[in-house]
Amino acid sequence: MLEITPLHYSLLSAALFMIGVIGVLVRRNVIIIFMSIELILNAVNINLVALSDQLQDLAGQVFVVFVIAVAAAEAAVGLGIIIAFYRNKETVNIDEIQIMRW
Amino acid sequence: MDLIWLIPLLPGLGAALNGLVGIRFFSKQTAGLVAVSTMAVAFVLSVVAFLGLLGLPADERYHEVTVASWIPPIPLETANGIGSFEVPWAFALDPLSGMMLLVVTGIGLLIHVYSVGYIAHEPRGGVARFFCYLNLFCFFMLTLVLGSSFLVMFVGWEGVGLCSYLLIGYWYRKQSASDAGKKAFIVNRIGDWGFILGIFLVFFTFGTLDFREVAEAAAGMPVEVGFGVLSLICLFLFIGATGKSAQIPLYVWLPDAMEGPTPVSALIHAATMVTAGVYMVCRNAVLFSHAPMVMEVVAWIGVLTAFMAATIGLVQTDIKRVLAYSTVSQLGYMFLATGVGAFAAGAFHLMTHAFFKALLFLGSGSVIHGMNEEQDMRRMGGLKAYMPTTFWTMAIGAVAIAGIPPLAGFFSKDEILYRTFLHSQALWGIGALTAVMTAFYMFRLINMTFLGRYRGPEWGHPAGGEAHDDGGHGHAWHGPHESPRTMTAPLMVLAVGAVFAGFIGVPAALGGSNVIEHFLEPSFTAFGAFHAAEEAHHLSHTAELGLMALSVLLAAGAILFAYRNYVQQPAAADEMARTFAGPHRVLTNKYYVDELYGATVVRGTMEGANGLWTVDQRVVDGAVNGAGWTTIFSSWVSHVLDKYVVDGLVNLVAWVCAEASYLFRRAQTGLIQNYAFATLLGVFAFVTWYLLAR
Repeated sequence: MLEITPLHYSLLSAALFMIGVIGVLVRRNVIIIFMSIELILNAVNINLVALSDQLQDLAGQVFVVFVIAVAAAEAAVGLGIIIAFYRNKETVNIDEIQIMRW
Repeated sequence: MDLIWLIPLLPGLGAALNGLVGIRFFSKQTAGLVAVSTMAVAFVLSVVAFLGLLGLPADERYHEVTVASWIPPIPLETANGIGSFEVPWAFALDPLSGMMLLVVTGIGLLIHVYSVGYIAHEPRGGVARFFCYLNLFCFFMLTLVLGSSFLVMFVGWEGVGLCSYLLIGYWYRKQSASDAGKKAFIVNRIGDWGFILGIFLVFFTFGTLDFREVAEAAAGMPVEVGFGVLSLICLFLFIGATGKSAQIPLYVWLPDAMEGPTPVSALIHAATMVTAGVYMVCRNAVLFSHAPMVMEVVAWIGVLTAFMAATIGLVQTDIKRVLAYSTVSQLGYMFLATGVGAFAAGAFHLMTHAFFKALLFLGSGSVIHGMNEEQDMRRMGGLKAYMPTTFWTMAIGAVAIAGIPPLAGFFSKDEILYRTFLHSQALWGIGALTAVMTAFYMFRLINMTFLGRYRGPEWGHPAGGEAHDDGGHGHAWHGPHESPRTMTAPLMVLAVGAVFAGFIGVPAALGGSNVIEHFLEPSFTAFGAFHAAEEAHHLSHTAELGLMALSVLLAAGAILFAYRNYVQQPAAADEMARTFAGPHRVLTNKYYVDELYGATVVRGTMEGANGLWTVDQRVVDGAVNGAGWTTIFSSWVSHVLDKYVVDGLVNLVAWVCAEASYLFRRAQTGLIQNYAFATLLGVFAFVTWYLLAR
């Protein structure tokens, strides 16, 4: 049985982070982008918790709690923006949202 | 006597009442009543004041009443340092102003009464306007007479000038009348210029404008041998007097003043206005007697005016113009008298002249009225039968002015001639010749108007039923007729005056004591220095009587000559006119003086005004327009600069920015994912650099 080392945590975290970043960059649906952002945040959380365990420092876990709280707030605000936008444009395609052009 | 301030005020009130209320609301009778009653009260007050003056001892006959302060003390520079310029509204009563007071209010009252009848044909508002002016005239004249200082006198002086303008131009719809009004006003203005310069110089020299103080100061100065400051003052004052009293060279307005209604002519010629100049010279007798050179000028101007006006009077055919020239001539006598130092004689003649000249003018008005506004004597004649009262009263006036004893004119005129004879025989000669001519033209007037054959227009007989209407008065003319009682009554009163007024000045040679001269004497000497100045050289009474007899004989001869020429042989006058065609034409045209003034002064003024107008048009307006054009041009330049340079710079900056940003703005796609990708690349770059740099 393979022992789980901090390296595994880091790899998982990095993988999740890259999936999130790529999701943000390539997907067109705003909802999906939003979910990708959540992936990024949670990749960071995993990293924090793993390192907190390894370094025996609770500060990392406390920080995770803060990140979850901020993520919740961000979800609320972000979903609100998406709904407002949808009401105006009847779409959530990110390519349509380009009014801030030159 | 403390109520003398009321005397000018009453006619002033009457004028205000008639002028402000009367023109709109008063009936003809009310307007006349207001004017006549104010004058009547003023006359009564004058008599009371005069009697009060007589009650004082001879050397205390000076009463001054200060009504109000006018100009508070102002320090002003004079010849003797800083003086205090202070003028109160003060009226002074002394023998001279007392006499003038009686003349102005007395004759003025009679003329007012006469006017009630004369002006009755005018429309209602016109009557009130007329009486308003008439009262205002008396108000200003009384202010002039009573003023105790030069400045108060000047108020009246200007006021009578104004009123003469208003009254001469009373029939303002008539071009000639309004022109005559303007002429009177403008010519008077020239004289006023001299008068006010004289006033300035009086203040500058003496530091005061009060007549009494000036006289006292002047009395302390030596009599000027050459032409000094006193002479200059007197010359300026005399210029003022020539304007107001119609002397050469400013007499031209007076004959034209005949355009006014006849009572106005009487008022101007007898009681007010023209006497102002003589009065002013007499008032400043002390000043004048210290300037012998100017006295000589006054005497010569006076006698030349008298002579010239009398010669013109010989040939005039307008009844009022003859009288006008006779007034100018008689005023010349008065200045002759003052010029030779006989101020009392001048003032005496002023008074007697007021009587008979008012009488003659009102009489001529009566004739004109009866002849339906006809003024040409050639179209009269034989009117004695139609208007006996007018004839007899006017005849008395003519005898009086001709100098036949014992009527008023004889005493005053002979006194003047006698005093002139003492001064200079040449002056006397011209004066006596003028007296002869006076007698001639006055009786020419009487003869042509009242005697001989009727030469006037026919009139429609009421029986014939064709009452014709000419003159535009809206009432049919039924031939010459006697005037109403309000007009003849003043004539009779004046005739009595013309007969008896002279008796207050019977000379010593005829057993009299020349009351008027002794009465007036204090006014002509500095106050406090009163002494009956006796003439150094006297002629014997016999010689004096001889002079009198000579002038009476000459006058009587002239009268007979006039009677022969105009009544017995009417053709003789035309014969003479033909024989002396040249002189006759010159005289008929009044020596072409009006033409001369027209060609020089009037035309010069007009052309000067035209020239100035051109300067105004070209230079002043040109400068203004040039300034406007310059402004427009410079603002256009500024506009171009703003539009192409300033705006150009701003637009250039904007254009440079726009062009320069052409490349970079492509990066702003508006797609969030592009930005995020760029951010990611940046992060990778930093991280890579960070890692490699270790």
